[in-house]
Amino acid sequence: MAILIKRPAAIKPSEITDRALYFDRRRFLRASLLSTVGLPALLARPRIASAALTVHELPPGPFSTHETMTPYQDTTTYNNFYEFGTSKGDPSRYAGAMSTNPWTVAVTGACRHPAIYHLEDFIRPYALQERIYRHRCVEAWSMVIPWIGVPLRDILRRCVPSGDARYVEFTTLYDPREMPGQRSDILQWPYLEGLRMDEAMHPLTLLAVGMYGRVLPNQNGAPLRLVVPWKYGFKSIKSIVKIRLVKNQPVTTWMRAVPQRYGFYSNVNPAVDRVPWSQRYERRIGDFFKRKTLMFNGYGPEVAHLYAGMNLAKYY
Amino acid sequence: MRNPAFTRRMVTSLTVAGCLIPLAFVAYRTLTGTLGANPISNLTNRTGLWSLRLLLATLAVTPLRRLSGWTWLMPARRILGLFAFFYGLLHLVVYLALNQAFSATLILGDLSRPFIIAGYLSFTLMVPLAATSTMGAMRALGPRWQLLHRLIYAVAILAVLHYLLLVKIDFQPPEAYGALLVLLLSYRIGASLRRRIAGPVSRHAQTRTTQTSGQSPQRSD
Repeated sequence: MAILIKRPAAIKPSEITDRALYFDRRRFLRASLLSTVGLPALLARPRIASAALTVHELPPGPFSTHETMTPYQDTTTYNNFYEFGTSKGDPSRYAGAMSTNPWTVAVTGACRHPAIYHLEDFIRPYALQERIYRHRCVEAWSMVIPWIGVPLRDILRRCVPSGDARYVEFTTLYDPREMPGQRSDILQWPYLEGLRMDEAMHPLTLLAVGMYGRVLPNQNGAPLRLVVPWKYGFKSIKSIVKIRLVKNQPVTTWMRAVPQRYGFYSNVNPAVDRVPWSQRYERRIGDFFKRKTLMFNGYGPEVAHLYAGMNLAKYY
Repeated sequence: MRNPAFTRRMVTSLTVAGCLIPLAFVAYRTLTGTLGANPISNLTNRTGLWSLRLLLATLAVTPLRRLSGWTWLMPARRILGLFAFFYGLLHLVVYLALNQAFSATLILGDLSRPFIIAGYLSFTLMVPLAATSTMGAMRALGPRWQLLHRLIYAVAILAVLHYLLLVKIDFQPPEAYGALLVLLLSYRIGASLRRRIAGPVSRHAQTRTTQTSGQSPQRSD
């Protein structure tokens, strides 16, 4: 099941226009990903997935970092996805049992065109983009991951949010038969996350369907996950089945579990640590020495204006 | 059980061998590079967990011996305690050398954190216990030895606290270790109350029984 996401060798970039090249690339990328949406169970297994290909030669999309990417092996075996267990290896061990086909996504709430989509239909209208983002976990480790997805704003615009849509609420699949972690009440299931409307509409915010040029492995939140790179990793909710536009600020799973530690915003902030450990430093997976954590995970120039005038120690 | 010297040797060597298994496992995983994506965090967790487990095992020896009458267990106690100290030392070294890379900024910055304070205290209190674990120290200290070694209760409470204070959300494992510790400590509290209520006569009788079962009184509890 190797999917070559590569330009055909016969076509040299010099022989076609930049625009044609671009469209050809994105059409090919989209086609390849969607053709595999039907086989996510197979692809989710790292051993089989490693036979698939990478898209490193594709030009990285907007906002992409040039930092060294975290090896695929690490990104797919060191996960927090409590639906499959609390240890880092549990998701890669057990997520293979989750069936991601068929998969439906409901877009509901305060919008003109609420609908329930099959995943393929949900993604088909958009050009997939690659975004190489830093990922900072609240546990003070970080990675660099090449995501493939669609800006959330494009998807939200399609449903035409109404004036009451001030927040977006996301819900993960609830299926204790396939998600053994949901049989324990360590968190309240299903997992729920939320963004303020302007955060959701920010061009950095991505709905991902793939990474490293492949379909998302199950342990990384297949088939559809959020990526909000300036917030701690737990905000980037996995395996989404529902997107709801709401008037009031959602009470997210982590806020409900430990409100004094986890707030609604959960922006990466080295100066505020409400968890027992320090947020001032982080270990990039693969590095020996810790590095300084950057405000908004280094995305301050893009997002700081969203929080102008807000006391971020209070709105943590 | 016929040959006490042989039994003692067997129990001692089996305990030492058992206590070395986690070290061998960790060494193997380190040398083969199979500690996962975050090897430093993995090493920290494993060494800390084994220190706590062996502390609880040390505390379980006396109640187990009293309840079962298995006096041959006693030589295991000191070895378990020394290995609890050994894994605790490894845990501290991994934290200082690998986690914080001996950076004064990082190490001092952590000193205000409750879980770090509990960890340092727990380890520090283990030092005098490990240092006075020899027969010579036992003889030299006499009855004060037992008094000093009651510090292990504080060590274990602080170790569980250290764990409880650092977890993100999954409080179940530290709570389970905490519950086990409460059980082991309440056995001792119960035993001590019973002795006090029973008074000097039966206390004398109890001493006699322990002596006949080959147990020197200052080594009990």
